[in-house]
Amino acid sequence: MALVEARDLVKRFGSLTAVDGISFKVERGEVVGFLGPNGAGKSTAMKMISGFLLPTSGQAWIDGHDSHADAIAARRRLGYLPEGAPAYADMSVGAFLSFIAAMHGLRKAQANDRLAELVERVHLAEVWNQRIDSLSKGFKRRVGIAQALVHDPDVLILDEPTDGLDPNQKYEMRALIRAIAARKAIIISTHILEEVEAVCGRVIIIARGRMLADAAPDVLLAGAPHAGALAVTIATGDPQRAIEIISKEPGVAKVAVAERVNGVTHLLVQTAQKAPSASELAGALGRADIAADEIYLKRPTLDDVFRQITTATEH
Amino acid sequence: MRPTLLVFRRELAAYFSTPVAAVFLIVFLALSAGMTFLVSGFFDRGQADLSGFFFWHPWLYLILMPAIAMRLWAEERRSGTIELLMTLPVEPWQIVLGKWLAAWAFAALALVLTMPLWITVNWLGSPDNGVIVSSYLGSWLMAGAFLALAAAISGLTKSQVLAFIAATAVSFLFVMAGYDLVISTVRSWAPAIVVDAVRSMSFLEHFRRITEGVLEFPSIVFFVSLIVFCLWLNIQVVQVKKAA
Repeated sequence: MALVEARDLVKRFGSLTAVDGISFKVERGEVVGFLGPNGAGKSTAMKMISGFLLPTSGQAWIDGHDSHADAIAARRRLGYLPEGAPAYADMSVGAFLSFIAAMHGLRKAQANDRLAELVERVHLAEVWNQRIDSLSKGFKRRVGIAQALVHDPDVLILDEPTDGLDPNQKYEMRALIRAIAARKAIIISTHILEEVEAVCGRVIIIARGRMLADAAPDVLLAGAPHAGALAVTIATGDPQRAIEIISKEPGVAKVAVAERVNGVTHLLVQTAQKAPSASELAGALGRADIAADEIYLKRPTLDDVFRQITTATEH
Repeated sequence: MRPTLLVFRRELAAYFSTPVAAVFLIVFLALSAGMTFLVSGFFDRGQADLSGFFFWHPWLYLILMPAIAMRLWAEERRSGTIELLMTLPVEPWQIVLGKWLAAWAFAALALVLTMPLWITVNWLGSPDNGVIVSSYLGSWLMAGAFLALAAAISGLTKSQVLAFIAATAVSFLFVMAGYDLVISTVRSWAPAIVVDAVRSMSFLEHFRRITEGVLEFPSIVFFVSLIVFCLWLNIQVVQVKKAA
């Protein structure tokens, strides 16, 4: 049985449909990235799965427990970082985490062991006795993560876990997520695409409340516009001839001038099934005495995929 | 009960995490002493009792209890911590009860700090200490009703100011319900049963009965059931907001 399941989740606020029929399952060991523009419904979907918001229709289960009808059992298995990593500003980090641990039913000794371990993992030792409202954004976010991990839950739902962290902290946070991923089902929301590639085995793209894609990052990349295309830069020689020569190469579907900058021509070579390699193209051009400054396989980015998918439905 | 106790402890500590608690206690003590000595003429009356002190409690509480309770839920909504709190594996009633108990304990502290007045009347004369004890308990119970009402209203908004104003307005109706001004207005259009119902809601009337003598049973029942009802309402408010 899947650790997290959402079925036909719908949330309407008055006439606005924030989430419009989201269904998916997350198994143990999976890290799923919720990706979408701001206001796409990511947070609303997470709030419904966590049991904070009642869905207009549809259901969500945490480890087989309905997150509303069987809320207590579901929440015992859930670690949740809400949007903006809220925490009681008037408490010290230590008091706050102890409070959350106790609310999860951890006994004193148990909680202390667990917190000692977490402090190491999330690097909170230096601010342990500091009030939360005096912390930097990065520390606040880490307190939020620690709070979600305190009872070692099977399911983690993290709404923008790396927002506000500096690059080193982001790197550490991703390493932490990867380290615990094998034993848990994790959902993280983000609009940082590199993050998805760094930690997520699966991506769910949400825009305007609808799920537009649900696949592994490399599957999405394969479907990207210009997937497998080659970029060729011609500094000297006749670009028109270069285009003719490249077009005749086997496996080349289409050659177009991407841009011309200061007399340097950048070509984009779209390829069919069996694509020529960069060295084959260089060889062909070389035989015609055309020097290619640069030939490389254009690596499609999730940015391209994301833009393609999320803008496609706008029309 | 453990979650209730945890919430209680957290909330009570939150009152003392800022100077607001001290300010509140000073204001309460200054007002209650000021009213007792200056307006009620404590010394001129020549009587060793605290009726001039308790007389003002409904009016003081009208402002001060909403001030204690306004942050209970509104602050959670404003800061977003409500999302954290309501996704912990505890029942909503445990949280509602814990929060109200914290506010009620704070009110108890304010009352305890007025005890030098009690000592003073015992030093000056020989008051009926039974009446004073029942008045203190009655006052605390009434404070609990004000707090439960204000806490439920606090759950409706993320603005503490709005929570305060709304709670004061609603409390004002309860305090005024016994006054002839209100009763005669109601009598002009409503049947007798409604008039009686409105009159029976009066905080002033119930509290007066308690302070006049022994703890009056129906008045205790009134305050206790109002507290229970408001706590129930608070749970509903928190739940309904989930759906919106």
